[in-house]
Amino acid sequence: MSDMSALAATQIRFGATLLDVSLHNERRAYISIDKKDAPSVCRYLYEEQGGRLATASGIDMRSGIEILYHFMIPRDHQLITLKIKVEKPAPETGSCGDFLPAAIWIERELNDILGVTFTGHPDPRRLIMSDDWPEGVYPFRRDFKEPAR
Amino acid sequence: MSLTMWGLKKSPWVYHVALSPCNNCDIEVLDLLTPRFDVERFGIKLVGSPRHADALLVSGSINRMVLPRFVELYKQTAKPCVVFGIGSCALSMTMFRDSYNVKGPLDEVLKEIDPNAIIYYIPGCPPKPETMALGVLKALQSL
Amino acid sequence: MKRTVIPLGPFHPLLEEAEFFKLYVEGETVVDVDLRIGYMHRGIERLSTEKNWDQSTYLVERICGICSTSHPMAYVQAVEDLGGFDIPDRAKFIRVIICELERIHSHLLWVGLAGHFIGYDTVFMWAWKYREPILDICEKLTGNRNHYAMMKPGGVRRDLDKNDFAWVHKELDKVIAKTEMLTGAVLDDPVLHARMKKVGVLSKEDAVGYGTVGPTVRASGIPDDIRVDDPYAAYDKLDFNVCTWPSGDVFGKAAVRLLELIESVKLVKQCMDEMPEGPIDARIKRVPEGEGIGHAEAPRGEVFHYVRGDGGNSPIRHKIRAPSYVNIPSFKATCIGHTISDVALITAAVDPCYCCTERMAVLDNSSDEFIMSGKELETESRKVTAKLKADYGRLTPVEETVAKFLKEG
Repeated sequence: MSDMSALAATQIRFGATLLDVSLHNERRAYISIDKKDAPSVCRYLYEEQGGRLATASGIDMRSGIEILYHFMIPRDHQLITLKIKVEKPAPETGSCGDFLPAAIWIERELNDILGVTFTGHPDPRRLIMSDDWPEGVYPFRRDFKEPAR
Repeated sequence: MSLTMWGLKKSPWVYHVALSPCNNCDIEVLDLLTPRFDVERFGIKLVGSPRHADALLVSGSINRMVLPRFVELYKQTAKPCVVFGIGSCALSMTMFRDSYNVKGPLDEVLKEIDPNAIIYYIPGCPPKPETMALGVLKALQSL
Repeated sequence: MKRTVIPLGPFHPLLEEAEFFKLYVEGETVVDVDLRIGYMHRGIERLSTEKNWDQSTYLVERICGICSTSHPMAYVQAVEDLGGFDIPDRAKFIRVIICELERIHSHLLWVGLAGHFIGYDTVFMWAWKYREPILDICEKLTGNRNHYAMMKPGGVRRDLDKNDFAWVHKELDKVIAKTEMLTGAVLDDPVLHARMKKVGVLSKEDAVGYGTVGPTVRASGIPDDIRVDDPYAAYDKLDFNVCTWPSGDVFGKAAVRLLELIESVKLVKQCMDEMPEGPIDARIKRVPEGEGIGHAEAPRGEVFHYVRGDGGNSPIRHKIRAPSYVNIPSFKATCIGHTISDVALITAAVDPCYCCTERMAVLDNSSDEFIMSGKELETESRKVTAKLKADYGRLTPVEETVAKFLKEG
């Protein structure tokens, strides 16, 4: 690994594939990308830049569901967050689970709570919702209606 | 007073049930065994199975997944049995009241299964071990 | 060969929370591990969007009782990151004291539980006895043994009185003397070496792949520690070591925790000696629109909080990821290939906090015949130690040390 920071190296490697790169402060960087590029950029950060996937967040915004992959780069003392947007009503994107074990559980959780399908996921079973939780009801969607207790 | 009740009051065997707690109450329950509090000198013994228990120490709020398992466990517990709701979550669910995944509180859930259930509460977040020991002993004396 | 399933859970006396492991074995060797979680899921992330920024601090404290202060620590930092708020220096030092006191009592708790799983019950009693002075310190400084409610966005809620510090120094000295002696005894004990060395090895590659954090990753030789990788509170002004161990096995995880205990005591003492005067609260009036990330090094590893706000009174999204969520899946890498008597120890070595993870798992996969309950698994583990102790023929260094402590009182 060279002395270049992971952020700089990613910008050089992916160029215009990165739709937007912004620094909230020197320790927090946010990169917006198209959802089809997410697995390749994640793979690059994990395999070639020593990144550790801390977790992934999902937010249901009016324009679609945003998924954020948070990577910690210890040597740069920086957290790089990759943001992608997936459209409703059938949100889906490619899974990172086949090369990144840390993504396996969190993608299952995002499927449970937001209904996002991760194509290619090695183990797409229910993770946190109870066995009797109804299918198709996603607690973190804006239009969530609580089922009968 | 029957022999069973006399035994329960003199030397209650308790089984600890953690439903959906944050675990703090559970740590304080385990603390009861340690040298500073040492509840064994009062005859209170922690057992490994609900079938041997005179009292259940129940902590945490009740979520959808744990509810059927708790019902099953309560049915398996030898009767008569006294249920102690440890901590604020068992008492009233506190801030988890409005959650989509939490049912309860403990007394409503239990009364549906067994209208004659004997339930006591030990409030606190978490209740100190001394509070728990005092609560259990006082409750059993009043039986 | 026939595969058999050993269910472990959901209610098990020594696993404080309900969870359900399925261990698939062939003969005596574990070939697969499956977990079903969901028993603790209380919908906290959604509840947080219905509470205001300040109330969420109390909510996240109750995610986990043992990491009770790490969650608010990470959350308030996420809010401060969102708004770019600076907090006073005195508040930073107070935050370090509270976080390190929590680390000390959590590691002592783990030492006790590990001792019980292995079969050294006196270690359990001793470790929990020496947790009590730490909880007394917490009660004196904050008002409660656990759930201190000290953190708030912008600083801390209560000030510390320097007249208490002399007493705190004395109590910590008592604990540190005993811990140093026990650490020496553990590192020398041949029975513990036989039980814990080369057991449950987590390779560097798996440690990074699963994203493991905390003592679990540091025991595999990787010096990941948020206090150094992304310093927060006053850690950049303090002098301490990041404890690692190269082996990746259960012994390494135990050694890392014991060494960290000693470092934490040093940190608390440093903070008390170097505490600056000044205000304790930046008095944040309004949280602007934006997003923020905060993370903290809890006793089990990195606690991660992400918040997004729209300028209103509540977060519109609050993502929480606790350390056990990334540490527990690593069981797939560490349990497979070991005997069932070692599994209780390997799972305990990660210090799983299921309430942090908010899950438990029961999978209705192909079930085979049931041969052994969870309680019997724990008994198997203790039987192995009993045999080793009998072979050793005399009191082991740990037993000698603990007997000495208990006699001294």
